[in-house]
Amino acid sequence: MPRPRYSIFSLARNALAYHQNWTEAWRSPAPKPHYKVIIVGAGGHGLSTAYYLAKEHGITDVAVLDKGWLGGGNVARNTTIVRSDYLFGESIALYDKSLSMWHDLSRELNFNTMFSPRGIVKLIHNRDGQREAERRFNALRLAGVDSEMLTPLQVKRLAPMVDISPGAAHPVLGATLQRRGGIARHDAVAWGYARAADALGVDMIQHCEVTGFRIEGGRVKGVETVQGFIGADAVALVPAGHVGVLAAKAGFRLPIESVTMQAMVSEPVKPCLDTVVMSPIPFSLSQSDKGEFVFGMSTEPYNSYSQRGTLPHIEEISANAVSVLPGLSRLRMLRKWGGVLDVSRDVSPIMGRTPVEGMYVNCGWGTGGFKSIPGSGWAFSHMIAQDRPHDLMLPFGLDRFAAGALIDEHAASGSFEAFK
Amino acid sequence: MQRNRLSEGGRIDRSRPLKFTFNGRPYEGFAGDTLASALLANDVRVVGRSFKYHRPRGIVAAGVEEPNALVQLGEGGFEEANARATQIELYDGLDADSVNCWPSPDLDFGAIVGRFSRLLPAGFYYKTFMWPPKLWMTYEHFIRRAAGLGKAPKAPDADAYDKRWAHCDVLVAGGGPAGLSAALAAGRAGARVILADEQAELGGALLNGHEEIDDRPGLDWVADTLDELRAMPEVRLLPRGTVASYYDHNFLAVYERLTDHLGPQADAGPGNPRGRLWKVRAKQVVLATGAHERPLVFADNDRPGIMLAGAVCAYLNRYGARPGQAGVVFTNNDSAYRTALDMAAAGIAVPAIVDLRPDPGGDAVQEVRERGIEILANHAVVSVAGAKGLRGIEVAPIDPSGKGLAGDPRRIACDHLAVSGGWNPAVHLFSQSRGKLDFDTDLNCFVPGQSFQAECSAGACNGTFGLAGCLAEGHAAGVSAAEATGLTGKPGKAASAADRPEGSIRHMPTVPGKHPVGRGKAKHFVDVQNDVTAADIALAVREGYRSVEHAKRYTTLGMGPDQGKIGGMTGFAALADSLGATMPEVGTTTFRPPYTPVPFGAIAGRDVGALADPARTTPMHGWHVSAGAVFDSAGQWLLPDHYPREGEDRRVAVRRECLAVRGGVGIRDGSTLGKIDIQGPDAVRMLDWVYTNAWGSLGVGRCRYGVMLGEDGMVMDDGVTARLGEDHYLMHTTTGNAAGAFWWMEEWLQNEWLDYKVWLTSVTEKWAVVNIAGPRARDLLAELTRDIDLSNDAFPHMSVRSGRVAEIPARVFRVSFTGELSYEINVAAGFGLALWNAVMLAGQRFGITPFGTEAVHVLRAEKGYLAAGQEIDGTVTPLDLGLDWAISKKKADFLGKRSLTRSAMVREDRKQLVGLLTKEPGIVLPEGAQIVGELRAAPPIPTIGHVTSSYYSPILGRSIALALVEGGRARIGETVSLPLRDRTVEAELTKPLFYDPEGERLHA
Amino acid sequence: MLLIECPFCGPRAEVEFRCSGEGHIARPETPENISDEAWADYVYMRTNPKGLHFERWMHQHGCRRWFCVARDTVTHKIRAIYKLGEAKPALDEPKTEGEGA
Repeated sequence: MPRPRYSIFSLARNALAYHQNWTEAWRSPAPKPHYKVIIVGAGGHGLSTAYYLAKEHGITDVAVLDKGWLGGGNVARNTTIVRSDYLFGESIALYDKSLSMWHDLSRELNFNTMFSPRGIVKLIHNRDGQREAERRFNALRLAGVDSEMLTPLQVKRLAPMVDISPGAAHPVLGATLQRRGGIARHDAVAWGYARAADALGVDMIQHCEVTGFRIEGGRVKGVETVQGFIGADAVALVPAGHVGVLAAKAGFRLPIESVTMQAMVSEPVKPCLDTVVMSPIPFSLSQSDKGEFVFGMSTEPYNSYSQRGTLPHIEEISANAVSVLPGLSRLRMLRKWGGVLDVSRDVSPIMGRTPVEGMYVNCGWGTGGFKSIPGSGWAFSHMIAQDRPHDLMLPFGLDRFAAGALIDEHAASGSFEAFK
Repeated sequence: MQRNRLSEGGRIDRSRPLKFTFNGRPYEGFAGDTLASALLANDVRVVGRSFKYHRPRGIVAAGVEEPNALVQLGEGGFEEANARATQIELYDGLDADSVNCWPSPDLDFGAIVGRFSRLLPAGFYYKTFMWPPKLWMTYEHFIRRAAGLGKAPKAPDADAYDKRWAHCDVLVAGGGPAGLSAALAAGRAGARVILADEQAELGGALLNGHEEIDDRPGLDWVADTLDELRAMPEVRLLPRGTVASYYDHNFLAVYERLTDHLGPQADAGPGNPRGRLWKVRAKQVVLATGAHERPLVFADNDRPGIMLAGAVCAYLNRYGARPGQAGVVFTNNDSAYRTALDMAAAGIAVPAIVDLRPDPGGDAVQEVRERGIEILANHAVVSVAGAKGLRGIEVAPIDPSGKGLAGDPRRIACDHLAVSGGWNPAVHLFSQSRGKLDFDTDLNCFVPGQSFQAECSAGACNGTFGLAGCLAEGHAAGVSAAEATGLTGKPGKAASAADRPEGSIRHMPTVPGKHPVGRGKAKHFVDVQNDVTAADIALAVREGYRSVEHAKRYTTLGMGPDQGKIGGMTGFAALADSLGATMPEVGTTTFRPPYTPVPFGAIAGRDVGALADPARTTPMHGWHVSAGAVFDSAGQWLLPDHYPREGEDRRVAVRRECLAVRGGVGIRDGSTLGKIDIQGPDAVRMLDWVYTNAWGSLGVGRCRYGVMLGEDGMVMDDGVTARLGEDHYLMHTTTGNAAGAFWWMEEWLQNEWLDYKVWLTSVTEKWAVVNIAGPRARDLLAELTRDIDLSNDAFPHMSVRSGRVAEIPARVFRVSFTGELSYEINVAAGFGLALWNAVMLAGQRFGITPFGTEAVHVLRAEKGYLAAGQEIDGTVTPLDLGLDWAISKKKADFLGKRSLTRSAMVREDRKQLVGLLTKEPGIVLPEGAQIVGELRAAPPIPTIGHVTSSYYSPILGRSIALALVEGGRARIGETVSLPLRDRTVEAELTKPLFYDPEGERLHA
Repeated sequence: MLLIECPFCGPRAEVEFRCSGEGHIARPETPENISDEAWADYVYMRTNPKGLHFERWMHQHGCRRWFCVARDTVTHKIRAIYKLGEAKPALDEPKTEGEGA
């Protein structure tokens, strides 16, 4: 079914018809008995994988299954920060491919993802931070990825709410800036990919929980679901926080722990923060187009499959953010929530083969999942289509743990806690 | 003049007039007013503009659910955005302005947006603004300016906030009839009770009416109940205390507002906090949070003057303010008939009650009939007149299908319309507690189902709307909560009230009108707060956004500052209607904390400013301060970075300090180094596990360097451990890792090595450490001690002796982090300053020089010693660092050993520690500079390593650096490039050791 | 916020404790004789169950002793607390309840 293009003209035309003639953004088909590829998890990564399988590799006999509504996982509950200012070359390459794709995503999908490259300001509060920032800045610069070092005064100009006085509780010694980074409208990304994939023939099947796998002779043959068995030549697991549950059903373990990460927003106010501010103390902060301040934080300290959090973390993040941006003190927390993150043991993603033949996994994105949606789906679709990892994902295979070739961004990024 | 103020009645104090300003105009209200009631009394009809279309809006509600009357309040350090006028207690001098309109709510240029509203359906922004891509940031600029409501305060917060823990048997959330009954019953039974209510005055809905309890005025019962509760020592009442969040294990956060009702405080600050966050752990929780009235969805149902019926009662009865002179009631249930009676009693002309039901017939209906008010049954309001204030309505009979009209509209003049679509139990906290909601088809609302925690809902929040039921349920909840905590006191009997039967409710997701929803000019709002209409919901369904979460997110339903308290359920009903589904099939979105917004300052509490990150200081800190030291932090510790003399900058001071150590003697405060006392016969067994080298051969009085690995083979820490006695060791860790190393060893001992007889004690702060270093260190120490033989043979490098130094009992370690002859004199912390002063005095004739951490870094880098956080960053193995010599070849195992032989660990091209000497000796490389093997003209330029430490070495008269470089050891002698921001520097790879390679000075 | 019954001190708030992850992970007896994969399984792989999880906690701001907790990772209900060296209690897998509301 041809999809009408979205534009100001189609909007005006439909306005004349009282918007009665819009068609659905995606179909709700019943599952076919067999697909070439089944993707488990209709989140950002699953949907983008499906889209690029169809678009780049011509594989349209694809189903994306989800136990709930599409786009209902972490893509629906993250703090929407998009950036590629990583430290190691492997990470920079992967995330910057993704960041480049973000810049053209609305046009690509014909769905406004509201990607707003308003710049990522990462504050430096002490000498360790300065060393880390210098190292990262130089790594990015030499990789040809945009990055700048800012003085405290430059920080103040970009983000006037930040307290740069030397006597501040967390003095600001400077910052790195990645101008191409920014934020986006998270739901729009899922919906845009779903709509675009649907237009290419991909079936999105919601409320279709996978209950098991049919594996014969070490090779996957299909998935058991609440809607019955669905056969497949290849199965790709992209279920974020629940990847461990599916891996267990397929008979293997992963170096992954699922934890809750909270986020919160303030009441909406008029624009007063035009960049994204991140601090290692930690917190991250941006102001959405609706005017809400969106607070990001670190993960909760124990395994959890609960999309809710605790109070202590909220207290800590509020204190951190108020200390650096004192003007937040009288704004109010409107809403807080949690998401379940799959955090790998080196806090870098795991993309590639599994012990089961024909089954691929893409997980472990931890706090970095949203920003990588385009690049991850693009590279992962290559793996599924060609049964060969794309160069970008080569370092991120599951085999790196046995070899000891970890990509420990966390350790090296100044948040190094030797004894975790 | 307060045109709409009733001459008598209500809980305001007419003897205490208060002046206030709204949108620049002066008004007067009374003590006991809210800003909203005072505005209503002054006949201020337009209080704000709507979020998206900038439509004029008036006051709708009387409580936390108010969607329109949001104001910018106060100024300077007391400024507040989006304050809800219904929650602002009036004080003298209050100054507030409407948000989201310019120049005023009456004349708002933003309203131009409304003209294009046909072009702006739900989600319009997903479909446009995509071309040309570069222009999005321009579009966004205007979208952002149009969005948002109030303005964020610019000045720092003038107030401070408090926090308090509390534990109780029963926490009661809500101080209405159910909550008070519960608290009373539980309190009488002997329970420790906390009763929190968001209102200034307890009594809940009783404050808004004139119902009777135990055959007397309900408010008399409230007063007596409060007297009795106040007399109970274990009962705490928290008025102005909102139970904001319900967490796991019956942990709840209550935000108590302490000074907001008084206005800006002259002595604002920690001594007079603005609010207090109570962190309550309750054995049992009684939720008595009441209910919120639902609006009806009809054409232009957002016009100023259209209010919730219950709110009209509140304004009349509690505040003595009437919404106008002539009002119509529009309802689908019995409760609004009470409003009609109250309106009539207040002298308001009530031309009609418009009832969606064909045959209304409860108790109140009968009373209204008797009073002679016309009841238009089976009628709907089909249009309203008056964009900036209601002037009249049109009503028409409904056809039998319920979808259309059965007759011509008839016009009724009125200046306000009281609306009721039934009530939604406030199940927010119940839902936060993980309780499951059930749908009650009779009441047409979600009610608490199965509980998950030790909690019980009572009264209106449980779907029990009648007063008699509230009192009975509240009492029963209090009794059972007390019993559940094992209390056996007598709870007394429940208060009673007349049971007044009510008729049924007619559920109608959207009221039929002249045009189908979305077709005419009128808008049918389901969520007034976020300007979401029934047509928006229908559009979402049409476009496939059918899950309740999809529809919510696509239309922004319920996502405004009121979090859907009015609009949420109304929208879900419209969604169910569009889908042809039932409400339970549609479900609800998740109720997220907090119940009402809480200031971030209150959540942060005192952990801001100077208390954000408390500093640890050593016993000699005062001396450093008076010596003019410049401090740097290491972890939480504050340590002297350098001691500048008159006219010295950092570079010069550090140079002087370095040369003093190399040429004479320096003194340093080494107290922050981590110190772990290890005792027991299995100490060596433990050390053999946690360090890579072997410990059995270490004699008493000797010290050894150790490297600690994680099981992944990565270096976590290093340091010197001394054997003090037969089964007694002292481990030194790096300053930042003291707690972590302690934790690591304890974890193994307690979890895995349960049979080991080893005891660890953290003694970092028990000992003050004065480090003297330099060729004259021995001479200096000799001046201070008589009972320690300092000769090289008797007290060699890497050994420890006990004795008296400056007559103070001391342990003296001959260890060195500078490469010089060096002693670390440990004394009990209380003697630290005395020892420091004694050493300084004795050192005068040796030209003793205090040196700080920067000089230490220069000196240790000259020797190639490692620093945690620089060379040791969690990604290096001991082999990478050239520490092969510290790895025992004999030990069968140690923590992390197996990891060292994995394929990626033994690769030749791993990053290895090397030295780096710039071709131009004057250039000091920045730490973090990247190293390039093959220089290219433009990025991407592959890097092979980075600089970990870099300093100017005064003794060598040139710069030095340490670096981690791929396959670095094999490349020693090669030249590499470091492309800096402004130039490219060439440097030679060397061994990571620049000074005294044979270690002669160390052993001197 | 969890209320954890320290076997040595009694019930205390979560903020006094620190979780140190999955419990009952046996360190290989002779690491040198096992494959890289088997070693990685010990160092990195985790069960990460949705539901009943056996883990180790330490009363950091109290007695500083470790103990074992059986906790539901969905509901955060604590099913059992026992001392180190004691056997893993036999507990039923929970139905997943209380989530997603």
